[in-house]
Amino acid sequence: MNKAYLIFKHEFLQAVKKVGFIVLTFIVPVLALLAIGFYELVTTLIEPSTSEITTVGYVDQVGIFRDQTDQGLVKLIPFASREEATRALVSKDVSEYIVIPSDYTSSGTIQRYTLAKELITPQVTSYLIKSFLTWNLLKDDVAPETITSIVSPLNMEVTRLDENGDIAQEQGNIGNIIIPATFSLLLSFALMLGTQSLISGLGEEKESRLMEVLLSSVSIRQLLIAKVLALGAAGLLQVIVWLISAPLLLNLASSSFGGFLSDIQLPPNFLVLGVLYFILGYLLFAVLSVTFGGISSSTSDAQTLSMFYVMMLFVPLWFFGVLINFPNSPIWVVLSIFPITAPIQMMLRLGVSDIPAWQIVTSIGVLGLSIFVGLSFSVKIFRAFMLMYGKRPSLAGIMRSLKAT
Amino acid sequence: MKAVEVNHLYKSYADVTAVHDLTFCVDPGEILGLIGPNGAGKSSTIKIILDFMKPDSGEVRIFGQQMNEALKDQIGYLPEERGLYKRLTAIDLILYLASLKGMDKATAEKRANVLLEQTGMLESKKKKNKEMSKGMGQLIQFIVTVIHDPELIILDEPFAGLDPVRTQTVQNIIGNLRDEGKAIILSTHQMNKVEELCDRVLMIDKGHTILYGDLIETRAKFRRNSVQVAIDGELGDLRGVIDRKPGKGSIELVLAPDTTPQTILDQLRDRGTPINRFEVTTPSLNEIFLNLVGADHE
Repeated sequence: MNKAYLIFKHEFLQAVKKVGFIVLTFIVPVLALLAIGFYELVTTLIEPSTSEITTVGYVDQVGIFRDQTDQGLVKLIPFASREEATRALVSKDVSEYIVIPSDYTSSGTIQRYTLAKELITPQVTSYLIKSFLTWNLLKDDVAPETITSIVSPLNMEVTRLDENGDIAQEQGNIGNIIIPATFSLLLSFALMLGTQSLISGLGEEKESRLMEVLLSSVSIRQLLIAKVLALGAAGLLQVIVWLISAPLLLNLASSSFGGFLSDIQLPPNFLVLGVLYFILGYLLFAVLSVTFGGISSSTSDAQTLSMFYVMMLFVPLWFFGVLINFPNSPIWVVLSIFPITAPIQMMLRLGVSDIPAWQIVTSIGVLGLSIFVGLSFSVKIFRAFMLMYGKRPSLAGIMRSLKAT
Repeated sequence: MKAVEVNHLYKSYADVTAVHDLTFCVDPGEILGLIGPNGAGKSSTIKIILDFMKPDSGEVRIFGQQMNEALKDQIGYLPEERGLYKRLTAIDLILYLASLKGMDKATAEKRANVLLEQTGMLESKKKKNKEMSKGMGQLIQFIVTVIHDPELIILDEPFAGLDPVRTQTVQNIIGNLRDEGKAIILSTHQMNKVEELCDRVLMIDKGHTILYGDLIETRAKFRRNSVQVAIDGELGDLRGVIDRKPGKGSIELVLAPDTTPQTILDQLRDRGTPINRFEVTTPSLNEIFLNLVGADHE
């Protein structure tokens, strides 16, 4: 039997038996679902119920705000003076009060007084007070239906057209980003754990000299390729489990919780490109890990060095908010082609906007080339430094080993 | 065909010479003792033989060939500092590493059981390596080294950390392997083990060959003109003795250049002195080692 396959099998089984892998693969998706459910539950609980009506006092110094005091969840009660309103607030007859100053129509400013410590005025209160003020300002000159339109929030239906002016098949909405964003986050954690796992495994083999025993049976190339592919296969298993479980869990979630979950949809190409980037990401990080594992004098050294490329992995996630608002910035193209950030950046972009084919081809090409060249480098570096125990190689030494045939 | 042929090997690291013009060979059915002080170049030599590193110049041939992947299945290697996959059981580790030497599972399992039995480790085969003592771990590694019945076995300090019983067990197995025709390179600091096991010895220091040859001939070459004698009573005057060095239970008589041990034995017999011990003094390998290497290191 091929020795590389035997190492691959051993490494793969060791990787998938690790607690971190099992937790991330099988338990995290369930935990994520529970977290969404919990979020929905908490949101429902903290939303004011229809029977919970807030009484807001007001002091009208303009003298025109008399109508529409019943704003649904907010009931407005007039007071003749601030002192009177303050007394009502202190004695908890009202939850808060506002003062509409005599220059309100020119300044547009009112004062709000409350006993509660809060960072910002609750949106519902703000909206209903604004509605009350608008109604009274316009009631004599504008038809009630028009006022209703003015105070109602904008309801905009967006339709995306294709280049022929027909309705595009893929409309794109916030539901499109949920799966790519979730997968990106999970891939980041999976790569972080995979990197640590590979580095600690290499460290164990190096420090215990098992590496020498292995290399007395197989070549460095066989060993490293098997290790890299094993981690890639572990990644593939992970993505398969998630892809199979995701639709089931999301269906369950949307039927149970409703809300935005029912809007979730898989962006086109995600199934193919998402999986491809997931695997390429795993392979690249495995190559980086065996390279740094080969250079490092100890496991802890290798783990410290790995932080540099693991941190870069999270760059696309840091700028996720900016990506949603400005999806066509050239910076995303750069991050999509730079191999370390490419897998996560591309996954996120798949959910946000269309990506030109040349960018996808370039990104995959650069990633593939980086994996191939990186593996060749790692074999050379490994040969030069695998037997250095407790010594950190110099940069000049590393360069010399790369030049060596 | 020679099991190992090393010809004019050179290896340097930056400004340090690790191996300088090293030439030696190992025959099948022979144990070569590779000895030398720390940093002498023993590990570098082994790593070059195993193709873990390339020499600056020189050549290594294993069974007449340059190292290749197929040859690796005929080699068993026990590194100096040893460890195991902690989470694996002893038998799983043995079977995994045996599979990398081209063994099928059934054969490997059968042979593993024989070796586990021989080393007294059969009952511990399902123990995880992290639950084993250092000595037990050493035995598992030794089993891994020889399970595939290799033709060339390279052992770096195989007795380190073993208790006397386990040391004897391993020593017996090594002896049996030699008798079966295996070529063995034994690198160790334990000179008594080299004396007990090795047929040939290669002593190196600072990468240079200090001594290389048949062990018995080497010891004979360094034989001093003296005898060890133990008798009841006083020795009295003996012709041809120029110095006397009392030892524990015996005395070493240093002889004049023209005196032979037979002359002394004849004198004692003529006197009718009961002789408890009479032995031509042969230096131990340790003495030879200290004589050749020690002075330089002081």
